[in-house]
Amino acid sequence: MTIRHHISDQLLLGYSAGLLPEAFNLVIAVHLSMCDECKARLGAFDAVGGSLMGACDAVAMADDSLAAALARLDQPAAAPPPRRLSSSKSMPAPLVDYIGGDLASVKWRSLGMGVRQAILPTDKTASARLLYIPAGQKVPDHGHRGTELTLVLQGAFRDETDRFGPGDLEIADEELNHQPIAEAGQDCICLAATDAPLRFSNLLPRLAQPFFKI
Amino acid sequence: MILRVRDAQDRDAFAALFRHFAPRIKGFLMKSGASATLAEECAQDVMATLWQKAHLFDPTRATATTWIFTIARNRRIDALRKSRRPEPEDLPWGPEAEPDQHDALELAQETERLAEAVALLPEKQRELIERAYFSDLSHSEIAAETGLPLGTIKSRIRLALDRLRHKMS
Repeated sequence: MTIRHHISDQLLLGYSAGLLPEAFNLVIAVHLSMCDECKARLGAFDAVGGSLMGACDAVAMADDSLAAALARLDQPAAAPPPRRLSSSKSMPAPLVDYIGGDLASVKWRSLGMGVRQAILPTDKTASARLLYIPAGQKVPDHGHRGTELTLVLQGAFRDETDRFGPGDLEIADEELNHQPIAEAGQDCICLAATDAPLRFSNLLPRLAQPFFKI
Repeated sequence: MILRVRDAQDRDAFAALFRHFAPRIKGFLMKSGASATLAEECAQDVMATLWQKAHLFDPTRATATTWIFTIARNRRIDALRKSRRPEPEDLPWGPEAEPDQHDALELAQETERLAEAVALLPEKQRELIERAYFSDLSHSEIAAETGLPLGTIKSRIRLALDRLRHKMS
């Protein structure tokens, strides 16, 4: 897969610093799992973080802290939770962890017109969801109050700005009012995150919005 | 030093790493808004994690400082934000090559140059890059606090990153 739309510097820095909402972290972790280029760029941002930490004024530790740390070394480490679920290129491990299985185990809810979504469990600072858009189907025209990240897992969609295929990440801000359309041929599945509710342009989806939690 | 911890569970090497890094991790966490007590406790945890996870350290992919930064950052997320940050999956990169000492050396030298470039950033750019890594404030909150327009903050951060890239190319 050739990825053409990557993570912005601003988001990659935020992910490296660990200061993004959980839902954004998830979308970025999934893109990084698919994209060696962004993974290499993340390495550079981590290195910047390391140099800033290395240049921090040292603050003396308590006198007994080294002894205490040495004493802890014999304690067995807590075993990391095993990754029991299998992943694939279009369903990397971080996503499988949040779904609790593969695509077949997603509990979809219909949004009408064949469009379906499933909210993923993240903290409330932003929300993450899977979107299923039948081939050729439009998603209602909408704007954003905050930032919306949309990562394509399968199929492709187009909107006013460009075409987005597997692995591509669209970063939409308040200025973008768009109407994504899934490409013909294959149903499109996306992982999306928003830090504010979407703003639909016509009345009906606006009424549906609080109900469907988009 | 980490290699001695990784390969020989060398406690003297661990003690040397502790003396060098723990006070800097503590400083980093206090700059991020942790109290001295919490920062001390977390710096201890970070060093303990270093010992436990030393087998994962790969000097061809990160230097010691970079790797320790990622552990400290994760501890900060748990302690201060109580949030989750999923890690990307490490997809196979093709046949695993023998660890290459040359790669590790090159990475260490590049990281050294990067640290020098960060230190040489113009004061205003450096300050905003630091805030972007340390403070739990959004750009608009930084704007409110510093009185700088949002656009200025974003463009200074961009300038700083461009400058770092230029130095590294």
